[in-house]
Amino acid sequence: MLDTAKTRWHPIAASSDLPFRHVFHAQLLGREFAVWRADDGYVNAWENRCLHRGVRLSIGINDGRELKCQYHGWRYSNRTAGCTYIPAHPADAPARTITNRTYPAVERYGLVWSAEEPVDEVPAVSGLAEGDLLVLRGIPLNAPADLVADRLKDYRFQPSGRLDGAEADVTVEAAGAFSAALCSRDGDAATLAVFFVQPVDSGRSVIRGVLDSRLEGAERLAVLRHHNELLSKLRDTLERDAAQMPAPAPIEPVIERVSPELAEMPEATPHGRKAAIRVQVARKWAAADGIAGFELRPIKGLLPTFQPGAHIDVHMPNGLIRQYSIVNGPGESDSFGIGVKLERDSAGGSSCMHETVREGDVLAISEPRNNFPLRRDAVKTIFVAGGIGITPLIAMAQALKNQDLAFDLHYFAQNEAQLAFPERTGTLGMALKPHLGLSPEQTGAKLREILSGYRPDTHLYLCGPGPMLEAARTIAAELGWPETAVHFEYFKNTKVIDDSSSFEVALARSCMTLTVPAGRTILDVVREAGVDMPSSCEQGACGTCLATVIEGEPDHQDVYLNDAEKRSGTKIMTCVSRAKSARLVLDL
Amino acid sequence: MTQPKCQDPVILNLWHPLAAVSETPAGVVAETVLLEERIGYAVDGAGIGAAWRSRRDLPAGSSIDVAAVADTLPAKIAYGYIWTSLGNPPDDLFPIPEYAEADRRRLNAATMGVNVSAPRAIENFLDMGHFPYVHTDILGAEPHTEVKEYDVEISVDRDEILATRCRFFQPMASTVSTGGADVDYVYRVPHPYCSVLYKSSPVDEARLDVIAIFLQPVDQEHVRAHMMLCVLDDENEDKVIKRFQQTIFGQDKPILENQFPKRLPLDPRAETPIRADKSAIAYRRWLSQKGVTYGVIPAAS
Repeated sequence: MLDTAKTRWHPIAASSDLPFRHVFHAQLLGREFAVWRADDGYVNAWENRCLHRGVRLSIGINDGRELKCQYHGWRYSNRTAGCTYIPAHPADAPARTITNRTYPAVERYGLVWSAEEPVDEVPAVSGLAEGDLLVLRGIPLNAPADLVADRLKDYRFQPSGRLDGAEADVTVEAAGAFSAALCSRDGDAATLAVFFVQPVDSGRSVIRGVLDSRLEGAERLAVLRHHNELLSKLRDTLERDAAQMPAPAPIEPVIERVSPELAEMPEATPHGRKAAIRVQVARKWAAADGIAGFELRPIKGLLPTFQPGAHIDVHMPNGLIRQYSIVNGPGESDSFGIGVKLERDSAGGSSCMHETVREGDVLAISEPRNNFPLRRDAVKTIFVAGGIGITPLIAMAQALKNQDLAFDLHYFAQNEAQLAFPERTGTLGMALKPHLGLSPEQTGAKLREILSGYRPDTHLYLCGPGPMLEAARTIAAELGWPETAVHFEYFKNTKVIDDSSSFEVALARSCMTLTVPAGRTILDVVREAGVDMPSSCEQGACGTCLATVIEGEPDHQDVYLNDAEKRSGTKIMTCVSRAKSARLVLDL
Repeated sequence: MTQPKCQDPVILNLWHPLAAVSETPAGVVAETVLLEERIGYAVDGAGIGAAWRSRRDLPAGSSIDVAAVADTLPAKIAYGYIWTSLGNPPDDLFPIPEYAEADRRRLNAATMGVNVSAPRAIENFLDMGHFPYVHTDILGAEPHTEVKEYDVEISVDRDEILATRCRFFQPMASTVSTGGADVDYVYRVPHPYCSVLYKSSPVDEARLDVIAIFLQPVDQEHVRAHMMLCVLDDENEDKVIKRFQQTIFGQDKPILENQFPKRLPLDPRAETPIRADKSAIAYRRWLSQKGVTYGVIPAAS
C-alpha cells in the first residue's frame, strides 16, 4: 500500500528544473504545484491554480519578483503568494487576504523538497555532502512509488571511477518506503547512490538519484549516461510489471475553499489600530542627508503582502505611533524598507527612530495598509515627490518599471545629498528627474512645465510637504487635470482641527445612535460603543478610518479626500472630521 | 428505451448543436458524440435534418434519404446548425431575431474541440477582463485593463441572463479607426450551454454584430464549440472573417484547457470573484437554481 501521509517530505523537482524565470509544473500525491524561483533566490511552491478562475499558475509568467496569471493578469508576490494587483479594477487595492495556497519548499541535495503538512526538517542523508553531489536526471515512470522503491534495492551499477568494469559489488546501505541508498564497490572505487522516489500520483513516480561526488566534463557525462541507460531499463521492466497489476485508484487532492469574505465582493479587512507583527531592525543606515533607512525583518514567519503605496504603523519604544511608507519594489517580501526623516520640530517620533532605535532592536508594526493605491492602466504616469515624500513613490515607480509601463519620477530636493535611496532610484534610469535647490517660485514654474499638456489616461501621484502639494494640486487643476487623475498623500494634517461641535451619529448597520460631544472624535465614540474601526494616523492624512455617509452633512477637516469627494458628502474621515448637520448616518 | 449516460434532466431536455449544416454533405450519414453517446445525423439539401442514436444499419459515410429515417431523435435546423435532444426538448430554440436580417453574413466561423466543460467555456465567452492578456492587441491591450461597471439581470420571463452596458477598450476598434476606443457589448445566455454576444458594428454604428457560441457537450469535460457569426460586412471574404474568429478562439483554447477543475464549481466559495465577474456570478447562480449537475460541481447543499 502506498503511504500517502501528507507529513512526509518528498522531492518534487530538481534544483536544475528551476532555471531563470521559469515556472515548473510539479506533482506530489495527486496535487499539482507551480514551483518557481524568484530573482532573489527564494523558491516558491504554490497550489497550481489561480484563486480567481482556477487557471494553472504553471502557465503563468515569472517576472523575477511576482508570478502573473495568464488569464487576467493578476499578480502574486514572491514568498507570500498574496495578490498585489487586479488589472480589471485598477483603482482598487486588492484585499491582501487574496492569497494562493503555498507549500514549504526546501532545497537539499540538489532537489526541491515539499510536503502538504510536513513534520520536522527534510531528512538528513548520511554520506551525502551538500555541494559535492551529482544529481541524475529524474526518471518519470508509470508505476506506483512503493513498487519502484522496492525494486530499486536490486539496482546494480558500476562506481563512477570504474564504469568499464562489470564486477561491482552493490550493497544496500539503507532502504525506506520511498528511498534506497546503494553503495557500489569495484576494487578501490566506490560510489554511493541515493534514490528518492517521488510519488506523483497513486500510479506514477519519478526516480530522483543523487551520487555522492561531483564530477566535471566528460567523466560527468559518462556517469550520467551509465545511470540513464540502467534506469531506463529498470523503468521498462517496472512499467511492464505495473501494467499487469490492477490500476490503483487515483488520489483526489482536496481543493480548499476560499474564505467566506472572498467569495463575495471583497471588502477591506484591517481593523483597529493593532501592531500584530514583530520585526527586527536588520539594518539602519543613512539613506540620505537627514534620512535614516531601516530594513525591518520578521522575527518569525513571513511578512504580509504589501502593495506599492502601502504604509505601516511603527510603534516606537517611547510609545508613539508613526506611519511610514514601504519603499520595496515588487516581490521584495523578505523585509520592509522605510525611510525616516529627522524633523526639526519632532514631537518625539522621528528623533526616537534616529537616536534611540538601533540595529537588532525589535519593533511592533501593523499590517501594511494601502490607502494610496497605484493604477497601472495609465498610458503615462507622473510622480512628483518632495523630500521624504519620495518613499511611497519609489515603491510605485519600481512596480511600473518592473512591468515596463511609462512613467516619470520628478524628485524635488534641496541638494544631491538629500536624494534618498539612491540604490533604488538609480535603477529607474532616465525616468528619474531630480530637481534640486529650487525656490518655491521656481518649484511652481517647474510644476507648471511638468503638468502642462494633460492628456487622457495620464495619472499624477503627489507626495511631499503640504505647501508643495497644495501648489501642485492647484496648478494641475488650472492646467485641466481632472480630479480623478490627481492622487496625493500628505505626511500629516497641518490644519487646526476644530472639535468644538457636538452632534449625533447613527450607525446604520449596527443600529445604534451615539452622541459625539465637543473634544471627542467620531472614531473614539464609535469604538467605545464596541464597533470595530480601523485607523492609523488618526489625524486625517492616511485614509484608513474612512466611513461612508448615508445621510447628513460632513464637516471635513482631513487632507485625505479630494475636493470632489468632499463636495459629494458621501465619505468622511472619522478621526478628525465632524458634522455640520445635527445628525450623521454612517454605513457602519 | 436505452438509459442515457447523462442523468441530468435539465441538460437532457435541451436542444444541443451537432454540426454546421454548411459543413455537412447532404444525404450522407455523419457521426458525432453528444453527452457521451454516439449520434448519427444527416441533412438533406432542403433544410431538413435527422438525428438518431448511432446504429449499425446507418454507418457513417453511407447515403441516406433523410425524410425516410425511422426511430429518430428530435431534430431541428436553426442558425445554420443541426440540433438534437436526448430528452423532451421545448418546441422552440431561443430566438436570435437578427439572424433573419437579409443583409447579414451568416457563417459558421469554426467548430473546435476543447478539453473543458461547457460552463467553463460559457464563462470565458462572457469575460472581458482577459482581453488584454489573452487577446493582446486584438480585443484589448495593456495598460487599458479596466472592466467598467456594467449591468446584469436574470430575465425571468425569457429565462436568460442579460449583461448590458458592457464596454471595453479595444486597441483597433475597427478597420477604419486609427486608434483605440471603447467598444460596446451586450451578452445573453439564453441556454445553459449557449451564449450570444452583440458588439458595435464597425460598418454601421446604429447596428450590432452578432457572435454566438453553441457548445456541444461531448461529455462533462469535453466540448465541441460551434461559433456562429451573423455580421455586417460586405467587403471581406468568408475566410478572412472566419480566420479572425478562429484566432480569437485559438487564444482562449489553451487557457480553457488549463483550468482546474475542468467542471465549473458552483460553490460560491470555490473561487474568488471580483466585480468584473458579475455576469459569471449570475450565470453560476442561474445554473444552481435550474439544478444543473452536468459539467459542473454542484454546491454542497
